[in-house]
Amino acid sequence: MIVTAKIYHEITISGFGGQGIILNGRMLGKAAAIYDKTNATFVQSYGPEARGGACSAQVIVSDTVISYPYVHQPTILIAMSQEGYESNIDSIKDGGMLLTDSDLVKQRDAEKRYLSYSIPASRIAEKMGNKMMANIVMLGFMASFSNVVTTGSLKKAIFDSVPKGTEEKNLEAFEAGYEYGSKEKQG
Amino acid sequence: MEGTEHFIMGDVACAEAAIASGCRFFAGYPITPATEIAERMAKRLPQVGGVYIQMEDELASMAAVLGASWGGLKSMTATSGPGFSLMMENIGLGIVMEVPCVVVNVQRAGPSTGLPTLCAQGDMMQARWGSHGHYEIIALSASSPQELFDVTIKAFNLSEKYRLPVLIMTDEVVGHMTEKVIIPPSNRIEIYPRRITKLPPEEYLPYLPDEDMVAPMVGIGEGYHIHSTGLTHDKKGYPVISAPVQKDMIDRLVYKIRNNVDDIVEYREIETADAEIIIVAYGISVRPAQKALELAREKGIKCGMLRLTTIWPFAEKKIMELASQVKGFVVPEINYGQISLEVERCSAGHAKTILVSHAGGAIFNPNEILEAVEKL
Repeated sequence: MIVTAKIYHEITISGFGGQGIILNGRMLGKAAAIYDKTNATFVQSYGPEARGGACSAQVIVSDTVISYPYVHQPTILIAMSQEGYESNIDSIKDGGMLLTDSDLVKQRDAEKRYLSYSIPASRIAEKMGNKMMANIVMLGFMASFSNVVTTGSLKKAIFDSVPKGTEEKNLEAFEAGYEYGSKEKQG
Repeated sequence: MEGTEHFIMGDVACAEAAIASGCRFFAGYPITPATEIAERMAKRLPQVGGVYIQMEDELASMAAVLGASWGGLKSMTATSGPGFSLMMENIGLGIVMEVPCVVVNVQRAGPSTGLPTLCAQGDMMQARWGSHGHYEIIALSASSPQELFDVTIKAFNLSEKYRLPVLIMTDEVVGHMTEKVIIPPSNRIEIYPRRITKLPPEEYLPYLPDEDMVAPMVGIGEGYHIHSTGLTHDKKGYPVISAPVQKDMIDRLVYKIRNNVDDIVEYREIETADAEIIIVAYGISVRPAQKALELAREKGIKCGMLRLTTIWPFAEKKIMELASQVKGFVVPEINYGQISLEVERCSAGHAKTILVSHAGGAIFNPNEILEAVEKL
């Protein structure tokens, strides 16, 4: 019984500890595994520091059993730090997608082999009252370009993962990212 | 948590399974990559009327677990390599006093401090005979958070059924990986309750076994006087320093397991019916091995897999049976040859055994396993 995956995505989210990188990975995986009923694995890596050190979340989404929970070549790379961008950009898969927070990442000239979109996520989150929500803005931005998980599932996962009392604020941040992406797509 | 789907880390799934099994005592000392089990137990145990204690070290942790279990609570600890080494002496005490409990080793790469945050499967032989003296042990493994949940339930049940510390030999990747875990409703989880004697206090002997060689325990505070010691002891639990009593005791510790291997040993066969080459895998290595199997089948190689859930006692009979059917076994493990030696022993020259070794710090790429399959 050989089942070849029809759906297979490798997503790397990279940034610094404290930005919500790990939470993003967990929410993305949960949206896929619990609400979209596909398979998802999520692993994380970080240094010894609780905040400020480089960290990354790796999520695999597939319609078959995931044999290897680590990302080889991201089909989606979300970079929220210069270091996260630099250390992952060369491994991005041909035809893959790069999403950056333009307030935090200065890009080299984008290569043609992947799609590249950026959003001032930190500034948008700051204007909404909390810079800490930049990670959620990035998720909304991603959802506007990719169907790796359904938007409804992602919102559900955000709703039950963020601290109680901040759900609405976070969903607004998600919408802000989504809208920005939708406009960029049209324009 | 019951009756629902969760997207949780392996370590958290292990803790939740302990709670679901009725575990109400945890003593431990934090260590990467097992800390999340302790954290979860610290949060959850008070919610269910249990007790969590952070001890001064792993020696004390293991001692506290044995004491709590004698006191009537299902008990657990969780650690990794360096802590596992420190627990060895008291694991032996648990074996000889016959104390039901569960010890989780979320393996990281050693020896010594090694790679604290990265995986290995290097403690499999230490699990077998890491404590001194001759004894039998039960050790289980898991390749996913869901399996870790399931084997944790099994570990508690086996520990109560056979009265001994049961080891869960998982690893950093399974422990730290987050994946979907289905927690069944409590009425669907089979629990093996503590074997409590039906005899009155004046007739009860703490080491007088039932027919299956396991002695029932007592409810503490119910009027029974018991004696339990690390010294070789008779049916009363009193020390007797002699060869015949030693033989009686060791016979029982060994044969209560050996006579029940069919009940204890669990494995899964995948496409073994027509297989000429069989990958024998356990723990995290099952996952890349599954991929290697699929790639091999695509190339027309008749490849199958034997997935070991129970590591100790070893699935001897199954390996012996398969050895007469296949050309060879491929054993990927994140060490330089431990379980592969058991496979080689059991195949007794009837089939070749190829070890695919890894020093630790990462898991196998499926292609590394495929190459060995192709070589056979």
